[in-house]
Amino acid sequence: MKNSSKIRTLLIFLSIILGVIYAMPNFINFSSNSVSYSFLPGKKINLGLDLKGGSYLLLKADMDTVFEEKLEGLMSDIRYSLRKSKIGYKKLVARNGFVSFEKRGETLNENIKSAILGLDKNLIVEIKNNRFLINFSEINKQEITKATMIQAIEIVRRRIDETGTNEPSIQQQGADRIIVQLPGLDDPSRIKKLLGKTAKLNFQLVHPSISSDDIQKEANAPPGYVILEEDKNPNRLYMVNKRVMVSGEMLKDASPTFDRNNSPSVSFQLSPLGGKKFGRVTGENIGRPFAIVLDNKVVSAPVIQSQIFSTGQITGSFSVQETNDLALVLRSGALPAPMIILEERSVGPGLGSDSISSGKIASIAGLIAVMIFMLMTYGVFGVFANIALFCNIIFILALLSLLQATLTLPGIAGIVLTMGMAVDANVLIFERIKEEFKSGREIFDAIESGFQRAISTIVDANLTTLFAALALFSFGSGPIKGFSVTLMIGIVTSMFTAIIITKYLVLLYSKKRDIKKFIFQE
Amino acid sequence: MKLLRLIPANTDFDFLSLKYFAFLFSVLIIFGTLLSLYFNNLNYGIDFKGGILLELRAKNVQDSDINDLRTQVSTLKAGEISIQGFGKEGDFLIRIQKQEGDQSQQIAMIEKVKTLTENEYTIRRSEFVGPTVGDELKTAGIYAVAVSLLAIMVYIWFRFEWQFSIAAIIALIHDVISTVGLFSFLQLEFNLATIAAILTTAGYSINDTVVIFDRVRENLRRYKSKDHYFIYNKSINETLSRTIITSVTTLIALFIIFFFGGAVLSDFALAMIWGVLIGTFSSIFVAVSILTFFDINKGEKVDDQSSIPEYERDK
Repeated sequence: MKNSSKIRTLLIFLSIILGVIYAMPNFINFSSNSVSYSFLPGKKINLGLDLKGGSYLLLKADMDTVFEEKLEGLMSDIRYSLRKSKIGYKKLVARNGFVSFEKRGETLNENIKSAILGLDKNLIVEIKNNRFLINFSEINKQEITKATMIQAIEIVRRRIDETGTNEPSIQQQGADRIIVQLPGLDDPSRIKKLLGKTAKLNFQLVHPSISSDDIQKEANAPPGYVILEEDKNPNRLYMVNKRVMVSGEMLKDASPTFDRNNSPSVSFQLSPLGGKKFGRVTGENIGRPFAIVLDNKVVSAPVIQSQIFSTGQITGSFSVQETNDLALVLRSGALPAPMIILEERSVGPGLGSDSISSGKIASIAGLIAVMIFMLMTYGVFGVFANIALFCNIIFILALLSLLQATLTLPGIAGIVLTMGMAVDANVLIFERIKEEFKSGREIFDAIESGFQRAISTIVDANLTTLFAALALFSFGSGPIKGFSVTLMIGIVTSMFTAIIITKYLVLLYSKKRDIKKFIFQE
Repeated sequence: MKLLRLIPANTDFDFLSLKYFAFLFSVLIIFGTLLSLYFNNLNYGIDFKGGILLELRAKNVQDSDINDLRTQVSTLKAGEISIQGFGKEGDFLIRIQKQEGDQSQQIAMIEKVKTLTENEYTIRRSEFVGPTVGDELKTAGIYAVAVSLLAIMVYIWFRFEWQFSIAAIIALIHDVISTVGLFSFLQLEFNLATIAAILTTAGYSINDTVVIFDRVRENLRRYKSKDHYFIYNKSINETLSRTIITSVTTLIALFIIFFFGGAVLSDFALAMIWGVLIGTFSSIFVAVSILTFFDINKGEKVDDQSSIPEYERDK
């Protein structure tokens, strides 16, 4: 018995010391590389964006566009495969979410089907009166989405890194979403602009005889051609060959520069393979306009003056900032899918630091007020409860630092609320001891059975609160999650401090003094 | 030192005699909530209905004027706009409805407001929530409340009798509805933080209820010869001191958040203050009163003398 109480004392002090050590960094003001704190193992609590200021963006990859593009790709694969298998077909199109064609000749439907499924066994092939309808299955779509997202996150990261933002966090959420967190950045408009462009760069030839002035908006393009708008001037149209001669994937580098007329432009360098292709195309088409197409809009269509190999310039009516951004997105590569911004939350540094200071004031004022009230209500027992409460706060801070959970403004409210609710366990115990004592038990008996009986109530009551906090955690986002985390930690630590620390103090005290006086001092 | 006593020792109030008044009160609150929801609906924040929110602070407080700001912003023709003071003087909150058209229109609108107000104000916070996310958050919120109520009900069912879990859940639903009612009646912004407040309130209220139920269960075993009415009243009285003290400490903390926690948290604190008051009321009056409608089995009609305090034992 004596030994076990020694072990208990040791464990209690050990946990408090650990708590203090891990909570400590939060009370020391240090510059990130100062030596004075490096002996402490813990880190500071991770502050949420609402406290340290910054931007939160929720992006969604527009997968429908990707599926459409992939369907085009599927169409050429099917064409190739049908030709290879010598199967006659007509009216091969990719439209309304299907690739479709009609069979020509006597080939068995089964053979056609197996030729198509040879491309990918998960494709869905339907046959309706001689017309074959081919579509991606859910498995195909999931695979496409997965691959697209891996690439998209990489590109998003590259683009954000290039802007020099500090410690950005980029995570996938769900199947097709990306959460971007940018601490310290309160105006994300540049980032949004950068992520708003897929930045698909293509070099395509312009129709040799149809000049821009002759094109009507609703005109039909001749086969193999498409009408595109000019980027800065939607009224100016170009008849552009659908065939992409050189694409942005063959880009090795891009940087902002100035052209001969000293207006801002972007110079680029192609990969060896791209350079070869570019050289061939420009060599064969001297004197023809060559359209630089970015995200399906014509940036400019300079006339090819001479054969160009691996380096060139993109000119247009740019501002310096625009050439910086264009070079950046070209360097980082094209996004595999357009990004839609679903949600944006930005907090300026002023509001963040105001929130921290009002949070601090509320916490300290809350702590003092609750302590005074407990002291007034329970006297010496109130001192015990207050010591337990103080330990509780240290444990909460220590656990938040240790788990590197994010502390948000609602999270601070959660801590203050826990102060109010944490004393509940103590109140339950003290009230119970009083009752047990009044019912005629000896004082030590009363303390022991008071604790015993209160504990089952405490556990029941706290577990049910924990359920609510868990539900909050699983559904919540950002700040609300932060609130539920502090609430959960607070519930657990308050049970620990009330049951272990308060009991320890009460027993310690009761051995030394006549405790009766203090319970019923009225 | 003289200790503070909020509740006299050994109270013996007949709480259950007030049961029908309490029911009337509850029915009035719930009816009021429904009426208010019908006529006022809820003042959904952008979290749920989508839209744009900007918090501005005047660079020069003396010159800032809400009417000026209103006229300026109304030139944007952005549809439904609400502008209100927020916290300190010179701080304003602008809410703009979801704009027609795609995402780029929404983002363009934020930029427009920024450029418009840039000279006189600093932007402290800007938020944009798209309609898809708003709908998802709404569903998730309802889901979270439902799941936690269910989990609590199941837990109480396991730990107590099924009658207790029915009574607890009715009391909880009563609390949730009343809090929603407060938001509808005062037209406070109903947002994600409100859901958090409602769930925490539910957690607090169930905590209270469980403490009383725990005592009811104990007393049911102890006083087998006494009727339920006596036992319920006795249980409430025995736990009354604890109920009040805990409510007071929690309210102290909440009032401090309300006054010192800044404008962002004040509605949140208000919801919880109301929730604690309603939760305490419902634990005492609603939850226990509902128990009286069930016939909870006590077993044999013999007291467990050993567990009764000496001075109360049958002589």
